[in-house]
Amino acid sequence: MTPREPDAQPSVLAETTLKVSAPFFGLISFVQKTLVIAELEVRKLRHDPTELLLRAVQPALWLIIFGEVFTRVRAIPTGEIRYLDFLSPGILAQSALFVAIFSGMTIIWERDLGIVHKFLVSPTSRDALALGKALAGGVRALSQAVFIYVLAIVLGVKINWNPLALVGVLAAVLLAATAFCAFSLIIAFLVKTRERFMGIGQVLTMPFFFASNAIYPISIMPGWLQAVARGNPLTYEVDALRALMLAQGSSANGLGMDFGVLLLAAAVLVFIAARLYPRAAT
Amino acid sequence: MPVIEISAITRRFNGLTAVDALTMSVEQGEIFGLLGPNGAGKTTVIKMLTTLLPPTSGEAKVAGFSITHRAANVRRAIGYVPQMLSADGTLTGYENLWVFARLYDVPRAERETRIHDALAFMGLEDAANKLVRTYSGGMIRRLEIGQSILHHPKVLFLDEPTIGLDPLARKAVWEHIMELRDRYGTTIFMTTHLMDEADSLCQRIAIMHHGKMVAIGPPLQLKTAVGGDDVTLEDVFFHYAGDKLDTGGGYRDTARTRRTAKRLG
Repeated sequence: MTPREPDAQPSVLAETTLKVSAPFFGLISFVQKTLVIAELEVRKLRHDPTELLLRAVQPALWLIIFGEVFTRVRAIPTGEIRYLDFLSPGILAQSALFVAIFSGMTIIWERDLGIVHKFLVSPTSRDALALGKALAGGVRALSQAVFIYVLAIVLGVKINWNPLALVGVLAAVLLAATAFCAFSLIIAFLVKTRERFMGIGQVLTMPFFFASNAIYPISIMPGWLQAVARGNPLTYEVDALRALMLAQGSSANGLGMDFGVLLLAAAVLVFIAARLYPRAAT
Repeated sequence: MPVIEISAITRRFNGLTAVDALTMSVEQGEIFGLLGPNGAGKTTVIKMLTTLLPPTSGEAKVAGFSITHRAANVRRAIGYVPQMLSADGTLTGYENLWVFARLYDVPRAERETRIHDALAFMGLEDAANKLVRTYSGGMIRRLEIGQSILHHPKVLFLDEPTIGLDPLARKAVWEHIMELRDRYGTTIFMTTHLMDEADSLCQRIAIMHHGKMVAIGPPLQLKTAVGGDDVTLEDVFFHYAGDKLDTGGGYRDTARTRRTAKRLG
């Protein structure tokens, strides 16, 4: 018997205990740190909410000008629903998309400063960093939902006030914005300069918006565009919002399908963003 | 006992060798200075030791853990203040500390005490609830050091900690670095361009040139080795690294350094 053996027993036990509890503590730590990163972004917004107020201008213009005119001309077939009602969930989705797709800009800014480096040196998993940032984009997008609801009420849109439906609206907006925000992070990690990021952001938002069911039904699109729209996560967000936000709303795909696609998109995009995160420090 | 052990660490970027087979070690409780002209590879060394950049070959251990295989353990044991500005101007000083206390798993019961200790240690108590964008350059640097010591790291990496600061602010940062070492026994690994800084702060320095280490030792020993009666550390630097007027750095490095200097200044 070697003198080391008495020591060996407890250390083996300690390792076994560690193996059992490590995934659990890992998960707790992941959730906590994700929320810390997200909370940080919310604190920044509280210090300076100007950006959110400015972001509310564009959807207001879409609803008040575009919405009012196209409601009058009745050019777009929306069935029983008034065009302005049909449009409101689409504009909510669009405004959340715009907020989310440009949120990657902050990572370029933070990289140029050196803030990203400090986060990457801390014992925080890259998944928590990416998901936290993406969730923060989701929270920003939620503030847009508040503006759009107020505007929609003023414009006489018939809202579904069922509390479960309201929670569903929040969940759809949060999930979709998280996905688009993660997509934005991916672009930011790949292009690295603000100018290129802004250029690509501009190029991407319009196809996402127009190749979706946000402002017209998919059925009036040519065949090839319908195929594109069906691959666009925004379509599923709008479909869910149309079913949940409007008093007479219904879902074309089924809510299970809508939320499933959004969840999958968010998970895949956050996963990719987390893998690319360390590029920000090189 | 060495707290940093580097053996033949190399990093290449697209054919360019930024760090070339660097081997050295740093002892526990030492203030160690890494000197060298722009583009010598100092920041690349720090990025590798802080796990931000994987080495192309070679190995290093920080606080006993391999930087390539035990990066998570290394991260828990170190603090890092990048050359660039790393405090967030859109948050308050307190919030900047709060987030790192959370990310470094400082226990809830100790969190407030540690944050307030860091604020007091860095002389920032009165400014704790002001947005950092209203801080002076010296205050920002002190806050950044405060952020990186909340978890009482074994090793603190400082990449040009006094870049862009006026002499008064620089002196305050120096005093804090020395007190940190004295009070907590923190090992400090820093890069600098300032010879007087290296001379007065560091027990040992290494000079890098073109990615290689060309000299290492206590400042006095290096001065003696170069010879002459009134040799300064600057002479030592020129002796080892001053072969050409323009040694490197490039547009991106220069832009970054000037931007940091401008923001802090």
